[in-house]
Formats: sequence, C-alpha cells, structure tokens
Amino acid sequence: MPCSLGAAALSGGLTAAFGIVGVTLGLSAIFGGSRDLQIDWLLPLAGVRFDLGPLGGLFVAATGAVAVPVGIYSVRYAQKEHWARFPLVMLPLFVAAMLLVPAAGSVTTFLLSWELMAAASLALVLSEHHRGAVRSAGAFYAVMTQLGFASILLALMVLSAAGGGDAFDTIAAHVGGISSGARTAVFLLTLAGFGSKAGLLPLHAWLPRAHPEAPSPVSALMSAAMVNMGIYGIIRIDLQILGPGPHWWGLTLMIFGAVSAVFGVLQASVATDLKTLLAYSTTENMGLVTLALGAATLLSSYGAQQVAAIAMTAALLLILSHGAFKTLGFLAAGSVLAATGLRDLDKLGGLARRMPGTTVMFGIAALGASGLPLGAGFVGEWLLLQSLIHSAHDNNTLLALMMPLSVGAFALTTGLGIAAMVKAFGVGFLARPRSPAAEAAREAPASMLTGMALAAAACAVLAVAPVLLGPALKHVLASVPTVGGGAAGPTLGTYLRLPGLAGSMSPGLIAAALVIAVLLALGLSRWGARHRPVAAVVPLWACGSESLSSRMQYTATSFAEPLQRVFDNVLQPDTDVEVTHFAESRYLVEKVTYRTLLADPVEHRLYTPVVHAVTTWAHWVRRAHPGSVHLYLAYGVLGLLIVLVIAR
Amino acid sequence: MSTLADVATAMQVLAVLAGAPLVVGGMRQVRARLEGRAGGGIGQPWRDLRKQLRKQQITPQGTTVVFALAPAIVAGSTLLIAAILPLISLGSPLDPAADLFGVVGLLFLGTVALTLAGLDTGTAFGGMGSSREITIAALVEPTILLAVFALSVPGHSANLAAIVSSTADHPGQLVSPGSLLAFVALAIVIIAETGRLPVDNPSTHLELTMIHEAMVLEYAGPKLALVEWASGMRLTVLLGLLANLFLPWGVAGTHPSVLAILIGFVAITLKVSVLAGVLAAGEVFIAKFRLFRIPELLAGSFLLALLAVTASYFFSTPTN
Repeated sequence: MPCSLGAAALSGGLTAAFGIVGVTLGLSAIFGGSRDLQIDWLLPLAGVRFDLGPLGGLFVAATGAVAVPVGIYSVRYAQKEHWARFPLVMLPLFVAAMLLVPAAGSVTTFLLSWELMAAASLALVLSEHHRGAVRSAGAFYAVMTQLGFASILLALMVLSAAGGGDAFDTIAAHVGGISSGARTAVFLLTLAGFGSKAGLLPLHAWLPRAHPEAPSPVSALMSAAMVNMGIYGIIRIDLQILGPGPHWWGLTLMIFGAVSAVFGVLQASVATDLKTLLAYSTTENMGLVTLALGAATLLSSYGAQQVAAIAMTAALLLILSHGAFKTLGFLAAGSVLAATGLRDLDKLGGLARRMPGTTVMFGIAALGASGLPLGAGFVGEWLLLQSLIHSAHDNNTLLALMMPLSVGAFALTTGLGIAAMVKAFGVGFLARPRSPAAEAAREAPASMLTGMALAAAACAVLAVAPVLLGPALKHVLASVPTVGGGAAGPTLGTYLRLPGLAGSMSPGLIAAALVIAVLLALGLSRWGARHRPVAAVVPLWACGSESLSSRMQYTATSFAEPLQRVFDNVLQPDTDVEVTHFAESRYLVEKVTYRTLLADPVEHRLYTPVVHAVTTWAHWVRRAHPGSVHLYLAYGVLGLLIVLVIAR
Repeated sequence: MSTLADVATAMQVLAVLAGAPLVVGGMRQVRARLEGRAGGGIGQPWRDLRKQLRKQQITPQGTTVVFALAPAIVAGSTLLIAAILPLISLGSPLDPAADLFGVVGLLFLGTVALTLAGLDTGTAFGGMGSSREITIAALVEPTILLAVFALSVPGHSANLAAIVSSTADHPGQLVSPGSLLAFVALAIVIIAETGRLPVDNPSTHLELTMIHEAMVLEYAGPKLALVEWASGMRLTVLLGLLANLFLPWGVAGTHPSVLAILIGFVAITLKVSVLAGVLAAGEVFIAKFRLFRIPELLAGSFLLALLAVTASYFFSTPTN
C-alpha cells in the first residue's frame, strides 16, 4: 500500500514537531537547570522517572535538531519511495524514543527507552524487507543491538544494586560506597554496550550494513542522532555518575577511540558505496569523540582540569558538528538514491549539472566531514588537537607517550578523511555520468531541498559562528565536574581562546579573509583581459581519440586504488586481474577483467569465527528437537523436575 | 597592532605575489646552469604569465563552476596564508585568527579545490592526477601537523608568531632532537606538497608520470596562469615558513620600525633564495621516484615527525 501525500505529511510533520519539542526542551534544560518528572502509575513496580539535566538537554536538543530537517525531508521522500504505512508510523516513534533516552532519570526508564529506540530503529531498517540485503543487515543489526542491550542491562543492574537505588540521583548520591570491582565491571560492560551503539571498533560491524540499507532519512537519524546515545551513555553513566574514573578508563577510551577513528576513515577512503562511505565516516567521527572523551578523562585524572575542559568541549562540539554534516550527507545521498536508484559511486557522476541543489548540499556536508576551514568539523577538531598538544605533562611518562600517539592517529584520520570526502564528492557529483541512470537524474523536490538547507545552515553556523554555541556548551561542561567541568573551558567567541594557553583561532575571520583573498585572486586573473580574444567553449582533449566516453574516467575504485595499495596490509583487499588474449597472438589483449573485493578485515577475523561457532552449536542443539511431541513433553517434565529439586 | 605591522603584512603579500615567479625562475635557472644549459633567465616565468594572461579564456565542455573557480581558490588561499605567516614581521593582524592548524587547513583547501577540478573535467588524466595528488596529500597532512606541533610544544602555542619568537629567544631549542627531526620531516613534506623531485617532476612532458601537471592539464590561458602563479606562491610561502621556523633571525617584531621591516624583507628574501637554490641544486642529482615508492618516503617522514613530537614531549620543560 503506497502512501498518500497526506499520510507522509502527517508522519514527517509529527517527526519535525517532535524535533522542535526536543530542541525547546533541551535548550530549557541546558539553561534552566534540571527538569524532573515522576509518573508512578505508568510502569508497575518501578514507575517512570525523567530527569533532564544540562548534559541530557544537549543530546535532546541535538536529536531534535536532527529530527526537524529529517521530518521535512521525509514527506516527499516517503511519497517518492512509496513507503508502506508501517515505517511512516515508526519514524516519529523512533524520534520520540531517542528524545526519551537522554531524559531518563532512572535505570528502568533508561533501559525501557533504550530498548524502544533500538526496536523502532530496527523496524525502520527493515522497512524495505523485500530485499535480501536489507533482511541480512537487519538480522546483523538485531543481534548486535540486542547483545549491546544485554550488556548495558547487566551493567546497570550491577550499578543499581551497588548504588542502592533505581534513580540515577540516588546512585550518584551513594557512589562513594560502590566497590572498585563493581565500578570496573560497570565500566567494561557499558563500554561494550554503548560502544557498539556508537559504532566503535570492534563492535562497529552493524553500522556499514544497517546505515546503507535503511531508507535515507532513517540513516540520517541513526547516524546523526542514535549513535550519539552511545556516547551519551558513556558520559552519563561512566564519567558523570561513576567518575572521576581511574587513569586506565581514560586510556582505554583513548585507545578504542583512536583505533576506531583510523580504521573507520581508512575503510571510508576505499569504500565505493556512497552510504557505506558515510557509515564508516560515522565510526571515524565517533572514534574522534571517544578519543576526546578519553583524553578528558585521562587529563582530569592527572589533575589537568583546564586542558581536560578543552578536550571535553571538543567532544561535545564534535558530536554537534557530526550530527549536522552527517544529517546533510545522508539526506543528500538519499536524494541521489531517489533520483537515480544508485548508491554505487562507480556508476554515479555528473550530478552537478542535473542536481545542482543536492550537489551543493553534499559539498557542504563533505567539507564539514573533511575538517577543513569553513567546514563544520573544523572547530571541534582544532580544540581536540589543542588539548592533545598542550596537555601539561609534568614528567608523566604515560601522558608523554599517549598524547603524541593520539596526535598521530588524529592527524592520519584528518588526512585520509579529506581523501574520502574528495572521492565521494568529486567522483559522485562531478565529471560525467557513468551510467544511464545517473544521466537521467532529476533534481530533488523543493521540500526535500528545504530540509537539507536547514541542516546546511546548521553546518554553516558550526563552521563560522561557534560563538552562538558558546554559552550552551559552558553550561553543559559545568554539569560534568568529573571531566574538567570545574575549569573555565575554552572561550568560543569571535576568537576561540584557550584558558592558560596562548593559542587562538577565529573561523569567522578566516572565512571572511578567504572570501576577500579569492576575490583578489579573481581580480588578478582579470589582468590583461583587454587584450584577450572572445572566450570560447571547446571540447576536452580526448587523448587523440575521436570522442571521450565516460568509461575513460576515473571511478571511485580507481581513484582510491593508490591508497588501497599503500594500506594493503591493513585492508587486505582480494584483487583479481584476468587478462584474456586473442587466440591469434599472445601480444593482443582481448579483454581485461578487474575485480576487487574489500571485506572488512576486523569483521572477517573476529565475527566469522563467532558466527561459525554459534552455527555449529545451533546444529547440535537442533538435534535435540527432531519434531517429536512426546520427546518435547518429556523435556518439559524433566525440566520441571529439575526446577522442583533445586527449589526444594 | 600598529599600522606599520599592517604595512609589513601587506608587503608580505605583495612580495609573495611578485616574488613567486622569480623564485620559480631562479630555480629553473640554477638547474639549467648546473646541467650546462643557458636557461631562460630568472624573469621567464613572469614573461610566461604575461603571455598566458593575454590569451583567450577557454572553458572545456561539460566542466562546472568547480573547474572555473578552483584556480582562484588555490591562489586566494595561498595569498591568505602569505598574510598570516610571520615572513617579514611577527605582527600580522591575522596571526591570532589562524594558527598552524588553520594554515595547514587553508593549504589543503587549495589542494582539494584543484583535485576536484581535475575530477570535474572527467578525463582520464584529470582523474589520474587527482587520485595521485590526494593520495600524497592524505599522507602529507598528518606529517605536517605532527612536525609543526613538535615545534609548537616548546613555545606552548600553535600560533606562528609565538613559535617563531620562542625559537628566536631560545636558539638552543633548534638543536634539540625534536626540532631537528621536525625539520627533516617538514622539508620532505614541503617537497611532496609543492610537487618537486623526487616526488613529482614539475617539468615533465610525459602524462603518465605526471601528478600535479596531469591534474591541471585542461587549464589554458588566464586560468593556467593563475594555477601556475599559485603553485609558485605555495612554494615560496612554504619555503619562507620553513626558513623562519628554523632560522627565525631578522624577522621584525610585533611593533616593527621601518628599518626592522626592511631588514625583515631582506632577510626573508635571502633565506628563500638560498633555500630555493639548494633545492634546485639538489634536484639535479636525483631522479623521480616510482609513484608507489613515494608513500614509503612519506611514511618515513611521518615516523620522523612522530618521533619529533614524542621527543619534544620528553625533553621539553613542563608548562607554567
């Protein structure tokens, strides 16, 4: 049953409305202090308890800010893609569930909203379930998200038992009495559970499967808002309630973050599927956020509160900027998918002429993701780098070793990130179309462009006017005293200034100066214009052949081939070149077939054995139920007898 | 921020604009003489520029605004870098607006613009050049960031004026292991980023071995003039940066006098000329690397830079 415009408008409108509510509530929580709400009758035994503080407020506001453009965008998208009624219902529900997670004030409420969010997102991933790839991605996602949930459930049960209560307030008040064993258990379990939601290595495998297969507005919500909840969980449970953590917490977070960032960006730089590329970029960015969190924790545990505050601000800013450019990136990729039916960069190209609006939008997103000046990610990355470089290390060997290595990982990430984004934008949108479908592309409707323009505006604000976010981030930082909250934190004005350090930066001024400099350069190239003949449009040089065909162009695969070769050991591509010669002569080539398969090596090494073991085990278990009812009855009786014996 | 400091900054920009073709011409002349040729003279690039600027504007079919604007973005970002760097004086009004991370970012903004222009043409050579250029850039950026931050640890600031004045005040830092390693790493990446031998051969005529030249193959006339001018300016600016980071003498202070500005101007001209001459002379004796040997060179320089940062962490004095 394809949906009508009315149903799509209702669903999209509701999603956007939830988004506006989220932004309002979030901002009021950031500036107005905690809001709490207790509803005892809603849930038996525990009741539902909400407690929205400044930290939760930031995540609620960020989620809301993602939901507004997605809601507007999804109206026409759902209609164009003939969504069924089910995903239309689930979309606003998913947003609502995501808004509840950071607002939860007790363990029970948190777990309930977490599971609601996971289930809603799973249902949305499966909305095109008639395709096999979607079902496989859905199964992968279902297993990983539920294992993650089990891990979080265990962790919060331990926490709640040790802290003597269900409400986060109660636990925080009794945190002094929690033994170090329980702390360690909670930290490790939550790191696994929340880390898998945030897409950290090695629990990232669901991300490059589920994000590409989900409908694009859903991918945007998952990648820009849902993965943040993993980061929120780590900050809220481990750093805010249980913190300040020991040195090794910070160290662990930094290592997982750095490895995820480098691995994610490396996979993104060789990916040929536009949405897979964006999904790996999510792993990269969440890795950077975790690296910043780890740095803040480690520095804080050594008493360097001022630098820790810079790292924490960097983490928060990176979350916001990632939300902005990734929303835009996935929505633009969705427009391309809707217009051409293609996600494969090797078949795209030439969209700049056919879809100029979408091209500009994706360009803004790619600039943000590459961390260059004028891009949304620049300020956050700058702060992170400053905190890593200027950590006061008073002869501390661990810091003196850890910080340079992190700078190395960070620098490699930004370098490769540029390559990945140049490939996505340059191969996907510029040059000439590589397939008939790309040639027939049509621009997205105005309402979809409006949704994207909202996200683009957010990118622009983050890129040149972080001053607008300064007050909010200050309030949030103050609410996390365990990781640098006691210190002043960096000043986000026209000039970004760091407390106690001499460095400064002004993204707005750079942007303005760059515009002037480019105009100046354009003026320079006018020099001698009086003597020039009339300008002409001429064909491209076709290397001597009659005409250029689009097959002569570089594709995404060939563009990334040098990088793939350089990182051969890490990526382990399975490449195969097959040359067929003419029968008459060995010197004449009839056909060359090139095939390359880039499997995720971590997935290959780590997941395959586990999946294999589970399958083998399942085969054994299956022998126990051959279909005989008598045997099953016997099992029942036997089981009951065992229970009775134990319970006696 | 005095008026004279602003004058010095304007002079920097003008000097880079006017001097870049001369630097390129000088390097070609040194090379020609060492190879036993007469050479075209130092002013040849200027004559080339004037000739190209008077030629017809040509737009290749099917290219977009990316192709048309890329030369201006490269040239503009390089001009902005010339205004930020402490080449003649430390008092650039833009110095607090962008530290080294910002400068490196601006540099790569230019690289990315040209890379996209190469892809935009949709020809085999454009894509080939872009792919190679971005691979090298992706490996160069980490090294630049690391090397430069190894230098910023002693001065406790990543802003260039602070780094340069800190080195000028404590010349002992220059012979520290961190500083020496950073110098080697930075020199290698500057060679790679500006497309000099052994990474890329700026005077090659064989498309298959080209990197930078393949990418800009479709440019002609005034746009080509801008691209070549910009690449000369990038070379000049980076040589100037290298010179002042490691030989910070002669640079005028934050509030310079007229005499100090003149000394600064002469000093930077001398330093860049000597560096360019050494680079050109060195190029005579080496051949271009195979493309896939370049990552080994860059990985080596990355490692040097990593060691430099670690060394500066271990050997530097604590903050405060």
